[in-house]
Formats: sequence, structure tokens, C-alpha cells
Amino acid sequence: MNMPDDKLFPQSADNRELSIVANQITKRFGSFTAVDHISFDVKKGEIFGFLGANGAGKTTAMKMLCGLSKPTSGKATVAGFDVTTQSEQIKKNIGYMSQKFSLYEDLKVWENMRLYAGIYGVEEKVIDSRIDEFLEQLGLQKEKNSMVKSLPLGWKQKLAFTVSIIHKPGIVFLDEPTGGVDPASRRQFWELIYQTADKGITVFVTTHYMDEAEYCDRISIMVDGKIVKLDTPANLKKEFAAKNMDEVFRLLARKAIRN
Amino acid sequence: MKKTAHSAFYSFAIKEFYHIFRDRWTTIILLIMPILMIILFGFAITTEVKNAKIAILDPSQDAATHAIVNKLGTSEYFIIDRYLHSKNEVDEIFKEGDIGMVVVFSENFYENMMHTGNAQIELIADGSDPNSALTLTRYATALIASYHQELLATPELQMPFQINSEVKFLYNPTLKGAYNTVPGVMGMVLMLICAMMTAVSIAREKELGTMEILLVSPLKPITIILSKTVPYIVLSLINLGTLLLLSVFALKVPIAGSLWLIIFISLIFIFVSLALGLLISTVAKSQMVAMLISGVILMLPVILLSGIIFPTESMNLFFLWLSKIIPANWYISAIKKVMIQGLGFASVIKELSILAGMAILLVALSLKKFKVRLS
Repeated sequence: MNMPDDKLFPQSADNRELSIVANQITKRFGSFTAVDHISFDVKKGEIFGFLGANGAGKTTAMKMLCGLSKPTSGKATVAGFDVTTQSEQIKKNIGYMSQKFSLYEDLKVWENMRLYAGIYGVEEKVIDSRIDEFLEQLGLQKEKNSMVKSLPLGWKQKLAFTVSIIHKPGIVFLDEPTGGVDPASRRQFWELIYQTADKGITVFVTTHYMDEAEYCDRISIMVDGKIVKLDTPANLKKEFAAKNMDEVFRLLARKAIRN
Repeated sequence: MKKTAHSAFYSFAIKEFYHIFRDRWTTIILLIMPILMIILFGFAITTEVKNAKIAILDPSQDAATHAIVNKLGTSEYFIIDRYLHSKNEVDEIFKEGDIGMVVVFSENFYENMMHTGNAQIELIADGSDPNSALTLTRYATALIASYHQELLATPELQMPFQINSEVKFLYNPTLKGAYNTVPGVMGMVLMLICAMMTAVSIAREKELGTMEILLVSPLKPITIILSKTVPYIVLSLINLGTLLLLSVFALKVPIAGSLWLIIFISLIFIFVSLALGLLISTVAKSQMVAMLISGVILMLPVILLSGIIFPTESMNLFFLWLSKIIPANWYISAIKKVMIQGLGFASVIKELSILAGMAILLVALSLKKFKVRLS
């Protein structure tokens, strides 16, 4: 059996509240082990990068953390709730955004926000002020009544992110949120992520872009269903004597057997 | 807790209405097409018959037969084209094709009418065109009945008598169900809206990727399904109303039976259709596929096998059997009984129980499939 992963990885010294605790979680589909005994902690307000090549098991791991599928073995808590037994509570306390934006193109900006506020059970009397508050942060007040399909892609992406945290969750999961967006918009998007983390919302993000990995507080790298590295970008670069994260990633992912 | 579930459902159902009314084609399909369909089918299939050529075979040649022939000939519906001399000519004359009906009197018609109180007229029509055959014989029967009434009203008449007009269709003897397009169109429209639109709208969420977001959200699968289907139930009921109004006022097809019973039967059929739509959506990954499956599996058999266009009686055994598993057929049959024939609840128990059985089976199956897909 594997050694407990948390012995391998240095924990940062501060005692912030933990948002996500994964302990040896495993997912098997028949004889195939998609996620193989992974363990990690994510602290409140942390930006945690979840990296790995396609097929490394990122999506499966993320699905378990979101309460969409149950681990075959191991334990994990998200926002203090057990992923195996309390998936309903987890769903209420997390936000989720994927590469395919969650927005409905034939709905107006505020209608999209209202819809998700309703779905996530935001109190009726605060919905309107919440919508205005978030639109102001985005600087999109003028677009409140625009149809989403008329917005440029970068705006849609920021809006999709805002919609995913409309209920002010403790954690937001971002599944390759910047796919297909130009570099300038990606920078702006990361500013938004920083603002969110500053408010104490934990950000769990998967990405393909290695320059984005540098923006994370800590990153984990998955290869063949296992977490092979978990550290701050600076420490990882030092360890591998690499110029940037791209090099680190290539050195690690080269060992992959699966593709 | 309960309040949040309610407001989630409400937000979601409202959104569904936005989708429907902001897309011009969806709106047209949902609200205008039913009207077009009933007008098209209603008027195209049940055309008024005027000045149809008929032939007479009258071996009696007495006062009564002359009076009846005269009544037929002077009506706006018929033109007496020729007189026949023997029954052997009947077959020949239909093969020529321009004669729509042959009226055959029995021998000694007047004698029989007066003494035995019983006289025979045979109305023979070409059943291969069932709709006009039915219309022609209906008109003729009505004219003969009115002659009968007039005679009965004359004071010098000593004893009551009967004229038996016997209707006979060549090539398609029973002719049941070829007519009555209104129930057929109702079946088609409800099936189209509930099944196809539900399937397409769920497939659309999958295609756009929003389904993924909904599954991560705290919405329960049952809430997703309900809020996806309730808008279409509402629209179906609106359409049901439009169709009934049109059939009463534009097509002059009266509602003979109970309106509530019609609505009740329709609701059960709506559930069957919705369940079928859900089932299709669990298989279809894109809107196109959902549309094709609904079109081919649902609409085509309904149009072809429900008796709207081709009478079910002339089908071979395989298709007859096939037509029995099509929910729309049971619905159409029940609606015909209630709406056209004015029969009550007891007469449609069979149809209702079959439809209810199908509804339960399909809802259970699609819920199960929907849940399986989630995990």
C-alpha cells in the first residue's frame, strides 16, 4: 500500500481553517483505478491549482469533491461535510464553473444571475441587491439588461464566474475556466480570482495553462491517478531548477504511463 | 428548506418560458402549428362533397322510389348520372371511377313499404376513398330519412313503416376511424409538444453544457425534471383549449361528451408523452438527435398508424399489432368515443387504464434512466 501522502508533502505552518481535506481517496471503475489514494488539504481562502495531463484523473477527483460521485475508498470533507454521506450539503456550499460556461445565451445578464441565485436558494429579499453588488464589482452595470449572447467572450467568462459564486459559497471549483480566452482576458480573470480569494472563498482550479499555475498559492500535479507533487510554485521551480512551471510540469508528466 | 426548493423550481420554470418565447421558431412550432395542423387536416381530409355523380338501380319504378330519386337529384349534393339495369353493372361502374355512389332499391319497394312496413335501399360507395364514401352515404341516408319523416307526417297513412337504408362500402367494408380528424390532430399535437419539445430542451442543456452545472447544483433530479416539464404541460393545455375551440367553431365538430373527461384523458396522455420525451432525452446527446428520434419514433407512426390518414381496419396484422403499442392510438380512440360519440367514462375505461399503465411504466423507466445517468 501507499504511504500516506501527507507525510510526503510539507504543510504550511499557519493554522488557517481547512476547506478541503482529502485522505487517501480512491476511485475505481472496474479494474481501472482513475484516482489512486490521493491526499491533500486546502486552506480557507487559498488558491489551489490542480494540474495534470488529460486522463490523469483530475476530473474524476474533482467530481468526488463536488459530491457528484462517491469515492470507492478513502475519506474527504469539503466545507466540513463528508463527500460520501453529505453530498447534498456540499452542493449547497460550493460553486462550480466549467469551461463550457453555465450561462444561458438567450437570457439577460440579470436573469442568468437571478436564475442561479434561485437555484442555490439565495434569500429572495437579498437577490436584487446581490445582483447589483456583483455587477458593480465586474463593472458591468450597463449590461444588466443585455442578452448574454451579445457579450464578448471575456465578459461572459467573468460573468459565468460571478454567477458561480452568486450564493457566496465557501469554495469554488473552476474546471479549466480560461479555455479559449485571450491572454488579456485571462489576466483580468485571474484578478477576479484573487479578489474572490481575498474575501475568504477558497478557489480550487484546474488548468492547462502553466503560466496560470504560477498564480496559484499552491499546486498539486497528478500523474496516472496519483498526486506526485504538491507545493508552492516557487518551491517546485527551485526543486527542479526550472525557469518556469511549464518545465516542471514537463519533467513530471513525462513519467506518465497512461495517456 | 421547502421555500428554497420552491423558489429554485420557480426560477427554473420561468427560465424555460424565456427559452420558449424568445426563440421565434419555438414559439411558432408550439402555438401556431397546432392551429395550422387542425385547419389543414380538418379541411383537407373532410372536404364537403357537392355535386357528386351517383347511379341508380331501381327495379321497382314506383311512386316511392321516384320520390326518393327526385329528392336525391334535386339536392345540392348529388347529380343523377345514369340508371343501371342490373347489379352486375355496379362493379364496372366503380372501376370507371367517376361515380361516387350507387343507390339500389329493392324490388316492389312501394308495396313492401306499405304492406310489410319494411322497404330496402342499399347505398354502395367506394370505400377506397373512405372519407368521401362516408360523407356521401351520410348525406343520402339523411335525405332518405327526411323523406321518411315527410311520409309519416301525412294524415292518410294507415300504418307506420320503415325504410331500411343499408350502407355498404366496397373495398373497405367497415370504414371506422378514417374520419374524425380532430382527435387525431389532438393526439399528434400533444405528442409533438410534450415528447419532442421536452426531449429537445433537455438535449439542449446537455449540448450547451449547462446540464453539468445543474447536476453540480443542489437541485434534485426530480426538480430538474419537473421544472423542465411543467412549462410544456401548461402549453399543452393551452393548445388543447385552442384545438377544441377550433374544432367546435371552425370545423363544426361538436363536443358530444363531457369536457372534463376529455381534459382528464388528455392529461393522462400528456404524462405518457412527457415520459417518452424524458426517455428520449436520456439517450439523445444533441438537439438534432432528439428531434430525429422523436420525429421518426413518435410522430411518423402516429401519423401513419393512428388512422388519421389510413384506416386501421385495412392494415395487415403486423401493423395492426404495432398500432396497439402506440399510446396516441389509445388516446385518439378514447377522445373519439367521448368527443364524437358522446360516450361516458365507462366506455373509455379500457383506453384510460392502458394509457395510465403506459404512463406509470414510462415515468418509472425514465426516472430510473435519468438517475443512472447522473451517477
